[in-house]
Amino acid sequence: MATTEAKAAPRERANQRPELAALDDATLREALRRMHLIRKFEEEAENSYMRGLIHGTMHLSIGQEASAVGTCLPLQPDDYILSTHRGHGHCIAKGAEPGMMFAEFFGKETGYCRGRGGSMHIADVEGGNLGANGIVGGGLPIAAGVGLSIKMQKNNRVCVVFFGDGASNEGAFHEALNMAAIWKLPVVFVCENNQYGMSMAIERASAVPNVADRAVAYAMPGVTIDGNDLPLVAATAREAVDRARRGEGPSLIECKTYRIRGHSKSDRNLYRTKEEIELWRSRCPIRRLEDELVGHDRFDRGTLEAIEAAANTEIAEAIEFAKASPDPDISELTRDVYAN
Amino acid sequence: MPTDIQPAGGEVRELSYAEAIREALGQAMEADERVFLFGEDVGVYGGAFGVSGDLVHRFGTERVIDTPISELGIAGVAVGAAITGMRPVLEIQFSDFVTLAMEQIVNQAAKIRFMFGGKATVPMVVRLPGGSGTGAAAQHSQSLEAWFAHVPGLKVIQPSTPHDAKGMLLSALDDPNPVLIFEHKLLYKMKGLVPTDAYRVPIGKAAVRREGSDLTIVGTSLMSLKAEAAAARLAEEGIAAEVIDLRTIRPIDFDTVAASVRKTGRLLIVYEGVKTMGIGAEISAMIAESDVFDFLDAPILRLGGADMPLPYNPQLEKAAVPQEDDIVAAARRLKREE
Repeated sequence: MATTEAKAAPRERANQRPELAALDDATLREALRRMHLIRKFEEEAENSYMRGLIHGTMHLSIGQEASAVGTCLPLQPDDYILSTHRGHGHCIAKGAEPGMMFAEFFGKETGYCRGRGGSMHIADVEGGNLGANGIVGGGLPIAAGVGLSIKMQKNNRVCVVFFGDGASNEGAFHEALNMAAIWKLPVVFVCENNQYGMSMAIERASAVPNVADRAVAYAMPGVTIDGNDLPLVAATAREAVDRARRGEGPSLIECKTYRIRGHSKSDRNLYRTKEEIELWRSRCPIRRLEDELVGHDRFDRGTLEAIEAAANTEIAEAIEFAKASPDPDISELTRDVYAN
Repeated sequence: MPTDIQPAGGEVRELSYAEAIREALGQAMEADERVFLFGEDVGVYGGAFGVSGDLVHRFGTERVIDTPISELGIAGVAVGAAITGMRPVLEIQFSDFVTLAMEQIVNQAAKIRFMFGGKATVPMVVRLPGGSGTGAAAQHSQSLEAWFAHVPGLKVIQPSTPHDAKGMLLSALDDPNPVLIFEHKLLYKMKGLVPTDAYRVPIGKAAVRREGSDLTIVGTSLMSLKAEAAAARLAEEGIAAEVIDLRTIRPIDFDTVAASVRKTGRLLIVYEGVKTMGIGAEISAMIAESDVFDFLDAPILRLGGADMPLPYNPQLEKAAVPQEDDIVAAARRLKREE
């Protein structure tokens, strides 16, 4: 998403924290739009599943909207991202069309992957999204390759790779961060630490309290931040993206967040408490940003409601587009197994 | 001499298999700045088997890249570079180590094009030195090519001559799909005639190395050379064996095999990988499922690696994979069957 930074914070932003003051109104409006799109996309994805419109599983990112949108704010349209099995939010944050996403989700020919990939493999290659991934940690080494490719082609792009706390215990994490560091690749590693790898709590899975603590092993900057704080995520990502673009190498950002829904549709939440879920529900990244914006008179409630309503309409239209789209033709079953 | 040598301009001279690969890499890197070579010790060391040799001095460390010992990671680097416009050539030091890279090759490289609805391509080449005969024992001697032939989205080739090693590597670099090249380690020093031009030998085409009417021997990699040597001995006994070098195991050139079996009525398949669930089983089944089955005058025979890890002791190591004598004996047996 291209953004316009305020050259200097206007006088009325003087009492705002710098992370918020750095974002102009148009950027904030777009960030809110995308966060609402994600939230509504996920809610409607869940509804569609309940109504039998979707036959596969899904991994919803409700509660994690700020890390996806905040990270993508400083990216240019031709920058790359690599995503995870919980990737709908990243896809929208990078600028994908919800209609083509729903169509993919519904397995339709008009979907991003012509209905061949589904929720776990949505890719928007033209938009710089090199794909969600069904393998935990699968995108990490690929990101190092994308970074090497950028460096060899000298095209000044940046690659952001999202992954979860669970992926940080895969060997791929170590191999990818190490290579990105020794070759000073323009890669930003963004760990969305939602605190559980399926049912396995991070405290039980990892000997260090923060994933970003591991950055020291790769001599790269590593920061742990509140991943539900959009202006903070955006400011942190901007610093890392700028650093990567200057050729100074990779960074590791850990966004502490929480998935409000279960891991997937089979999750009965046996490993966490209702109280914990409720606590995090109260830390909703969208409401939090909206409250801050109203508190600082950046937007009034009416404006915020209009942004949300427009996003809801966009999602409703996206679903209609997907429903009306054709299924793939069975005569094309083996199409695209190989390129010619 | 392969029967299908492509007309190629320029001088023809003798090169080793390793030199032929190096020449192909050098020509590809000269012709296309997207091509680069990377892997463990491919730089100043020159590659564990000397294949990359002096390439780092010709093309620099930015295009001949030494990597950390991170097979999963470097396979992922190949995928990432390939989907964003480069033409990576990855050397996996010993093909056995590809077990550490299965995730990226099987789940990512092979499937990305399909999963993305045809909206991405993964033009990467992976070179994998494999095979037994060097006393390297069970973790450095395997022939794992059949595993990858089981994966739609990959192409798997096994050139057996310096001529094909060069021409098929150049074809692999033209190919928009991931191509795995299994290079038998005992072939690296073998010499053969190689044109100087950057000629191509197509992927997916077997080569009839010797014509014969009594039986067909299909071999892969080093085994096709052993089959040729066995056929020369069989000829002295009056048995005319036709020898086919399969060269590509995915996609298999069934037409060439079928045409030969229609003519000879007898089929022996020889490969170094473990016999069970291997290339021989696939070819046998393809014959059995087709009209070629009606042309068979005898049961199909397979010679493959023994059902065991490769042993260290040289006598045991030899006994664990088909040898020339085994091929001669199997051919005689096949000829006697009515």
